[in-house]
Amino acid sequence: MRLPAHLTIISSIIALFSCLLLLPGIASADAAADIEKGKKLAFDRKKGNCLACHQIQGGDLAGNIGPPLIAMKARFPDFEKLRAQIYDARINNPNTIMIPFGPYGVLTDEEITLVAKYIQSL
Amino acid sequence: MKKIVTLLSVLLIAATPFAAQATPDDDLKAFRAYFTKKFPDVPVNDFINGVYAVDPASREQWEQFEEFPSYQIAIDNGEEKFNKKFANGKSYADCFPNYKKGIKQNYPYFDTDKGEVVTLEGAINKCRTDNGEKPLKWQKGEITEIGAYLAYLSRGHKINVKVPNDAKAIAAYNRGKKHFYSKRGQLNMACADCHYYYSGSRIRADILSPALGHTSGFPVYRNKWAGMGTLHRRYGGCNKQVRAKPFKPQSDEYKALEYFETYMGNGLEINGPSQRK
Ligand code: HEC
Ligand code: HEC
Repeated sequence: MRLPAHLTIISSIIALFSCLLLLPGIASADAAADIEKGKKLAFDRKKGNCLACHQIQGGDLAGNIGPPLIAMKARFPDFEKLRAQIYDARINNPNTIMIPFGPYGVLTDEEITLVAKYIQSL
Repeated sequence: MKKIVTLLSVLLIAATPFAAQATPDDDLKAFRAYFTKKFPDVPVNDFINGVYAVDPASREQWEQFEEFPSYQIAIDNGEEKFNKKFANGKSYADCFPNYKKGIKQNYPYFDTDKGEVVTLEGAINKCRTDNGEKPLKWQKGEITEIGAYLAYLSRGHKINVKVPNDAKAIAAYNRGKKHFYSKRGQLNMACADCHYYYSGSRIRADILSPALGHTSGFPVYRNKWAGMGTLHRRYGGCNKQVRAKPFKPQSDEYKALEYFETYMGNGLEINGPSQRK
């Protein structure tokens, strides 16, 4: 059976749309996985151990040496600035108590990117 | 112009903790003023209680512990061992003739003849080796028992550590001070980060004790150790926490650190041994 021309057009438009919808769908699944990995690293006492000093939603027994990490998208709209703060907090405060995670090799570059993605999602 | 330069240099000296001009006594005054200002409700002698001086929540439980203290047995064992004669017929009392009056408040002191800091643990082991006995291990066990007994007899005496006007003594003091303020380890933190600038804050679930009076309660019974430990045992633990290689107990480095920290506590009372989490 042959579909009427207008139906063919409609179905290809639908196909096109679902493709477009699917793409961000894949991307956001990846992003969610990254955020989850970042969270693990941030909470792990042997890795970021950010809870030692910062309150983070969902984390137990948090310290209060640093500011609570909330509303981070509003406070750090620029991802690179947030990443830089986590990479080496001494740039903003030379005498900071916060660990220079990047330069001292406490976290790898890739791990810092994941942590920053998670922190920006808070 | 000269006036401005002088004024500037005065300001600079005031701003740098390592200014060569700051005497130990200047440091002590500034150190004490910092903590009494930071914790205005804490009477100065209460800093001898470590974290319990600034953490009312855990203080109550600690006071209950102190009623039946876990260190009591160390004091009793220490008394017994202190009074036991060495093989040569002498005993500790021959090395520490004033022990009954309390002597801990005078340690560590600087021996200007030898050019070194003498800690109480160092003097205990020297007494043993001078009398042909084997030295004790430095961090736990018998040395903490003898130390607990001597601290107990010194309770209530005010810490009275001196830095004589001697180049080596001043160098030892400055070495300890430098250790205290220097960042170290993979986590890049100084004693001062945790026990000065952020004292009273929480790191994870632990409140950080102020460094003022840090040494007065040692040796301590620590629940985490399930036993007694010396001050240098604790120093090693704090170095390891920041992933720094600890120094050896009774190394020149830790003796210098003890010298600095104890000097900062001058005038506060000895209350060792104590109980800690
Ligand atoms: C030992 C304490 C400590 C640890 C551990 C620590 N921080 Fe910090 N952090 C601080 C302090 C203190 C500040 C405040 C700025 C300063 O003093 O440098 C800060 C600031 C920040 C800021 C900036 C916040 C703002 O509002 O400006 C971010 C973001 C941050 N930390 C993220 C992290 C992350 C992510 C981790 C773990 C991977 C971490 N921190 C681990 C102490 C710490
Ligand atoms: C990362 C944080 C941190 C650093 C850095 C650190 N400490 Fe500690 N320290 C602690 C914690 C937590 C405790 C247990 C709670 C308390 O008593 O403060 C402690 C306890 C102590 C105690 C026992 C106090 C008491 O009353 O029982 C002494 C003494 C001490 N530290 C000295 C030092 C010295 C000296 C340094 C540097 C060589 C140092 N600490 C570095 C976190 C730290």
